[in-house]
Amino acid sequence: MNHHDETLGRVLGPGAPELTCEQCFDELDRYVELTLAGEPADERIPGMRAHLEGCPACAEDFRSLRDLVGREGD
Amino acid sequence: MTPPMQMPADRTARDWVGELRAGGAREQAAVEELHALLLKAARFEIGRRGAELAHLRGGDGEDLAQQAADDALMAVLRKLDEFRGESRFTTWAYKFALLEAAVKVRRRAWQGREVPLEDEAWAALSAPGSAGRGAEEAELLAALREEIERTLSERQREVLVAVTLNGVPIDVLAERLGSTRGALYKTLHDARRKLREALAERGFRVEEGSEDR
Repeated sequence: MNHHDETLGRVLGPGAPELTCEQCFDELDRYVELTLAGEPADERIPGMRAHLEGCPACAEDFRSLRDLVGREGD
Repeated sequence: MTPPMQMPADRTARDWVGELRAGGAREQAAVEELHALLLKAARFEIGRRGAELAHLRGGDGEDLAQQAADDALMAVLRKLDEFRGESRFTTWAYKFALLEAAVKVRRRAWQGREVPLEDEAWAALSAPGSAGRGAEEAELLAALREEIERTLSERQREVLVAVTLNGVPIDVLAERLGSTRGALYKTLHDARRKLREALAERGFRVEEGSEDR
């Protein structure tokens, strides 16, 4: 993906049905545990992946929780 | 010497909720233990964001971690009834500490800085003759810029440009505009939908996003 595609992606967002920030936060712990367990998290929580693609702040929250919990599980 | 902290896995979710409502010394002990876990999570978040705080004094990071843990503790205790047991209690609680810490770091990093709401980033985006850009893409970018000016409300344009082109964290923008992350994201979402519709009407095919996380 080149620089302009990335910019277009950021401006136009995922273009798919997505959760709100509040719904994302509500589901974040479950989504992280499903992801770390190798479960089909995107099937179980539809709209989460699209939201994380569209919302940089929620995506950072996801990565932080995934890494913190993943580290404890090592 | 501080006794070793009990490992999160030592308690089940039911134990945590029960102890945090037990009253007296048991509740106090559980609250202290929870605070220690939240502080650990807040330090983790602030540690990974060290670069954003590079210009601050040495103790500021620890102060932010303490504030984040305090605020997260209040949030967790306030929302205890909402814990559904669909994850481990500690995973659920950590997210409050990480959120509080991340928001505090972003706001601190932008303290005293002007938030750019105008389309400064367009210069790089729409510079003619950029390597690797085809005529079709250049046309799409030009149409996108036109539709941002033509189709969006002033508020939608401000939020879209600040967050997606100028890289302003949405929490920082929310604080400056007296709003919330959720409300501003709704504005951004509506703006994106209008732009996609406008581009489609003009015959552009815009793929659904597939950015890697």
